[in-house]
Amino acid sequence: MAANTRDIRRRIKSIKNTAQITKAMQMVAAAKMRKAQSAALAGRPYADLMNKVLVSLSGRTDPALSEFLEVRPVKKELVLIVSTDKGLCGALNTNLLREVNQFDSEKTVFVGAGRKGVQFIARTKRQLLADFEVKDSPGLLDTKPISKFVIEKFISREVDKVSVLYTHFVNTLTQKPTVKTLLPIHPSEIGSKEEAAAVAGEGSTEYIFEPNALDVLSGILPHYVHFQVFQMILDSRASEHSARMVAMKNATDNAKQLIKDLTLEYNKIRQAAITTELLEITTAQMALG
Amino acid sequence: MATLKLEITTPDAKVYSDDVEMVVVPGIEGELGILPRHIPLLTAIKPGELKVTKNGQNIYLAVGEGFVEVTQERVSVLTDMAIEEKAIDEAAAQEAIRRAEEAMKHPNIGHEEVAAVQATLQKSLAQLHVKRRQH
Repeated sequence: MAANTRDIRRRIKSIKNTAQITKAMQMVAAAKMRKAQSAALAGRPYADLMNKVLVSLSGRTDPALSEFLEVRPVKKELVLIVSTDKGLCGALNTNLLREVNQFDSEKTVFVGAGRKGVQFIARTKRQLLADFEVKDSPGLLDTKPISKFVIEKFISREVDKVSVLYTHFVNTLTQKPTVKTLLPIHPSEIGSKEEAAAVAGEGSTEYIFEPNALDVLSGILPHYVHFQVFQMILDSRASEHSARMVAMKNATDNAKQLIKDLTLEYNKIRQAAITTELLEITTAQMALG
Repeated sequence: MATLKLEITTPDAKVYSDDVEMVVVPGIEGELGILPRHIPLLTAIKPGELKVTKNGQNIYLAVGEGFVEVTQERVSVLTDMAIEEKAIDEAAAQEAIRRAEEAMKHPNIGHEEVAAVQATLQKSLAQLHVKRRQH
């Protein structure tokens, strides 16, 4: 009996330690989450406006003008996987990497941003082309090498399509694994239908480009791709920290519940032990008397 | 009187959104004044000064590189920097210029970095330009 109470005491202690760690992680994740969320949300108006510009632009210009708009039959596809570096963020990566199955591993090459995705690609023996590291709170300059790399692959015709697999940040409780086509830039992928309709309603006269269409397009399209990748990475970061905070909050709550249950059991056993002991004493006394 | 809907957005925030009478943007081919009912136009802008006229009052902003899309009733400015004249920190801009110039002197500076430093330099100069024109 004494051994059992000691076991329970030991377990309570160890769970208390775990709870302390998860609590600390929850606090850290919450702080990072606020930063990452505001960064992700701050970029959205810019992205929306840029989408609007491109939607109205693509309706009125010739796709042959820029190699960014060129649609080719897809023989080889490149997929950029934006995952987290660390685990302990609930089902975030599991959900994200489940989406990888929809790509034909014969025809698809992968580029990883984030260690978890890279590990998964290596483990499932898919083709990994490159692996980029991303800082915790990246700036546009930090993500530019990635977007530059995929643009080069597309322009040099090594791949015919570039998609991004990332976690779209909806809110703290909801993150959605999403696949988006990055290249060729396609108007229907860019904006929602309502947007396109709203823009079309503004009158469909041709644009004047200054100095000329080619110069403007070759300036705006790469910038668009760079920014899209940046925004997707920010979204993934916001999702990561949100998911981690929620996961750690659940872990802390579970640990607390467990401690409560174990303490109850411990007290029951302790009481039972005392009762038996008392009984033993009284019986012994009665037997003597 | 007809107005234009002006939106200035940077990756960090929506800086300006209002109905205005006229916008002057630093286009890559020179300054460009835009009034309502302008023909649809798309152009790149360079770091410089953007002037907004609303109710006869002028507002000046320092902007970085980016693009301007003009339709009949809407002007969208996408840029990597947009600071209103009164928010410009002259000392900070000067400091940025000094640091940029120093970085340019560094012997083994990469191609990418040169572009980045030059962009910073241009933007800081644009800020100073906007700030000083008032005096």
